[in-house]
Amino acid sequence: MTELQQRLVAIAAIALLAGAPLILSPFSITLLNFIGVYALAALGLVLLTGIGGMLSFGQAAFVGIAAYATAWATAVRGYSPWIGLILALFLTSAVAALVGALTLRLRGHFLSLSTIAWGLAISFLFGNIDGLGAFTGISDIPPIAIGTVVLNSDGRIFYLIWAVVVAALYLSANLLASRQGRAMRALRAGQVMTESLGIDPFRVRLVTFVIAALLSALSGWLYAHMTRLVSPAAFDVSAGIFYLLMAMVGGMGHLLGAVVGAAIVTLLRNSIQDLLPLIAPGSSGQLEIVAFAVLFILLLQRARAGIVPFVARYLPKVVPPSLSDARPLPCRAQAPKGERLLTVDGVLRRFGGLIAVNKVSFEIAAGEILGLIGPNGAGKTTLFNLITGALRAEEGRVSFLGSDVTRQAQLRIARAGIARTFQHVKLRPTMNLLDNVLLGTYPRTRAGFIAGAVRLDRREEAQARHEAMRQLGRVNLADRAHIPAGNLPLGDQRLVEIARALAADPALLMLDEPAAGLRRPEKMALAQLLKSLRQEGLTILLVEHDMDFVMGLVDRTVVMDFGVKLCEGSPAEIRRDPRVQEAYLGGVA
Amino acid sequence: MDAQIAAILAMDGIATGAIYVLMGLGFVLLFTVTRVIFVPFGDIAAFTALTLAALEMKQLPGTVGLVVVLAVLAALMEIGAQLRASGARRIPRAILFYLVLPLLPVAAVWLVSGQPLPMFGRIALAILVVMPIAPLLDRVAFRPIADGSVLLLLTVAVVVHFALVGLGLLFFGAEGVRTEPLTEVTFNIAGTVVSAQTLLIVLAAIVFSGLLFLFFEFTATGKALRATAINRTGARLVGIRPASTGTVAYLLASLLAAISGVLIAPVTTIFYDSGFLIGLKAFVGAIIAGMASYPMTVAGAIFVGMLESFASFWSSAFKEVIVFGILIPVLLWRSFTTLQTDEDDSEE
Repeated sequence: MTELQQRLVAIAAIALLAGAPLILSPFSITLLNFIGVYALAALGLVLLTGIGGMLSFGQAAFVGIAAYATAWATAVRGYSPWIGLILALFLTSAVAALVGALTLRLRGHFLSLSTIAWGLAISFLFGNIDGLGAFTGISDIPPIAIGTVVLNSDGRIFYLIWAVVVAALYLSANLLASRQGRAMRALRAGQVMTESLGIDPFRVRLVTFVIAALLSALSGWLYAHMTRLVSPAAFDVSAGIFYLLMAMVGGMGHLLGAVVGAAIVTLLRNSIQDLLPLIAPGSSGQLEIVAFAVLFILLLQRARAGIVPFVARYLPKVVPPSLSDARPLPCRAQAPKGERLLTVDGVLRRFGGLIAVNKVSFEIAAGEILGLIGPNGAGKTTLFNLITGALRAEEGRVSFLGSDVTRQAQLRIARAGIARTFQHVKLRPTMNLLDNVLLGTYPRTRAGFIAGAVRLDRREEAQARHEAMRQLGRVNLADRAHIPAGNLPLGDQRLVEIARALAADPALLMLDEPAAGLRRPEKMALAQLLKSLRQEGLTILLVEHDMDFVMGLVDRTVVMDFGVKLCEGSPAEIRRDPRVQEAYLGGVA
Repeated sequence: MDAQIAAILAMDGIATGAIYVLMGLGFVLLFTVTRVIFVPFGDIAAFTALTLAALEMKQLPGTVGLVVVLAVLAALMEIGAQLRASGARRIPRAILFYLVLPLLPVAAVWLVSGQPLPMFGRIALAILVVMPIAPLLDRVAFRPIADGSVLLLLTVAVVVHFALVGLGLLFFGAEGVRTEPLTEVTFNIAGTVVSAQTLLIVLAAIVFSGLLFLFFEFTATGKALRATAINRTGARLVGIRPASTGTVAYLLASLLAAISGVLIAPVTTIFYDSGFLIGLKAFVGAIIAGMASYPMTVAGAIFVGMLESFASFWSSAFKEVIVFGILIPVLLWRSFTTLQTDEDDSEE
């Protein structure tokens, strides 16, 4: 399927939606309205949980804040629903920013537990504030009016609800395909990886959280003016569980999963409400929640990916658009050859009683390849992490391009021009090679969240794509740019990491065992690539086990053993050094 | 607030806190051994209270139906799993453990229901009949994904709670219950009236925490549980089956929850859905202890009890908001003080 065909399908779907009130019964339209309203909140969860990896049980609280805000503004104070909308969006994003700033540094299940806590606390607030009608809520909420058209029937508000849903889907899809969207998709890989790319993970998490809350707010605003009454029970944690169920049924990893999930759950709920009195008369509707809980548990046990990815397998593949010509991204001017680039001065790091790196000092000059070798456990990777800021040095100094970076955050160091790869490859396995390498261009590009959502970033994006394809071509993977990174063998994944690092246009490239897992011809190609990079003025620090690979490539070598520097010098000097021979081969008896 | 009121509030807080202590210990026990944050824990306590009340009123408690449903489900799943894994050989064993054993106390309740029983008999029976619920839930909901992430297990736990609330309404009905007081004796200590009930609650918390300590320190099973908590793979290597230690942990934790249920039943009116909040508050106590340390859990649970008691004096409408609001600074503090093991933990 080409991009044009894709658009045609989307237009046909929208046309079908627009015609729905003419064909379907009023009751079906009511159901569709609920589906649309729920889909908005579920869409927020897809972005937050499916894309950003933050599992929230509390989204219903945000829906509630918006619904109560507009209910209060319109039914109590008599303002227009549009004032209600502004108040709802403002209040929800303010609360989300506050809650997010407080809790988003939490990890994994602790973050999710906190969502239960604030979800409960906020829903208890609704039921206990007299000005908001306490446990009975607020009724007689006026309908929305657009000009002179009053949206007081299900058939009329239908168009508004689905216009908002379609717009939200469109903007979200644009966002995910943009610079900040890729950063959102990278969040799940953890802090060290995202920061090494110059991404500020906390900021991206916070913005994602606020976006999800804003989508919930739209849902709450529409809900209040559609049902015309709000009460606390609609926004408690069990409502939050329903949103989670919707997103999960549809498919957490896909925007359309929100709509599909909302539709399935709403329709199922409706038919269960019809069926249960027949199966179990007098069961008072509580079996409904049991039925859904059982469904949810089965889903979690057996089909966590949801329906959309399952169906997508049988649909025609989308043909990626070909690249348009673009001017290359501006490159940095590399430091003149031989100038001091990085100075490591007496750095020390302990882990408990073990001194992993013990007062190591060395320098790297611009334009050289420096090898860092040593037996297993010598402290090479720790030293690597100390330089890149992934770990803090307890003593000593690291300075890069003339400024002290010892105490700087990892992402500042990355932005200053140090790009790295990882011993255990950290790629996003579900993103394709191109998107993975595009992550590398993050510090060189500017586009923000809004620019990405409304496609104001197209020129920069084309430049970045051009750059990413160029780097993929350098590691001979350009022909596989559109397959998921997780499908590659490990050796090729290492090459993708190198391409990603190169896409950042670094002054210093730090490679942690890049040749591990490569076959001999691939190693030779990699050595060739590194040599040509040196030719271009790039400086490289190489941690490696393969002696042949290192010795044929580097200008100088630093040898470490048991956390201390044994010696440094040219490959020939290192080979002759008795201390190195003893460390690697054992002492000569 | 004068000293008199403060003393009464503190007394109340300690009594509530003592109940949270028992449940908080259960949370920590289950989390360390199985990695499940067992959200439906409070429901177990509420169901015990409801069972006890039904026995008091000489009715057949709803627990009977609940346990039968769960036991049949669990037995079917276990038989299916055994058939796939090792043929029909182990089916009798599956039936014994997942159907016969859980149904023994149910049968006993069914036989004696309608007859007057001494209070001790009622309590023992109520505890026994509730105890299989959590291990059966483990078999049905958690065992198939035992190696999943903590987050996945937490999601399932939250969903299981909602299933239990639905089943609770179905089997117990919507009325709230309050059981006969365990004792009506009161003391007068320094001008403040202290009920023996309060002392009993505190005493039970001390005794059962002590027993738990002895169990972990001096029995092989206790040590196996601790080994599983520290390292599942390592425990497996030395011949400990995490599934079995998991069942032991669930039984023990259920016992703790059931005892809290018995203790709280005469003090508060309990509905089918009261368990959630009670459980979550105990859980706040456990989180204060980082879900890892037993002694810290005791302190955390008492703190939550006190906070709740004083919060309800200042603003009874917002006491829940205050108690759950406190969780956020506590979580933050924990996340800054515990070593970040970071990396890829959220990866599915």
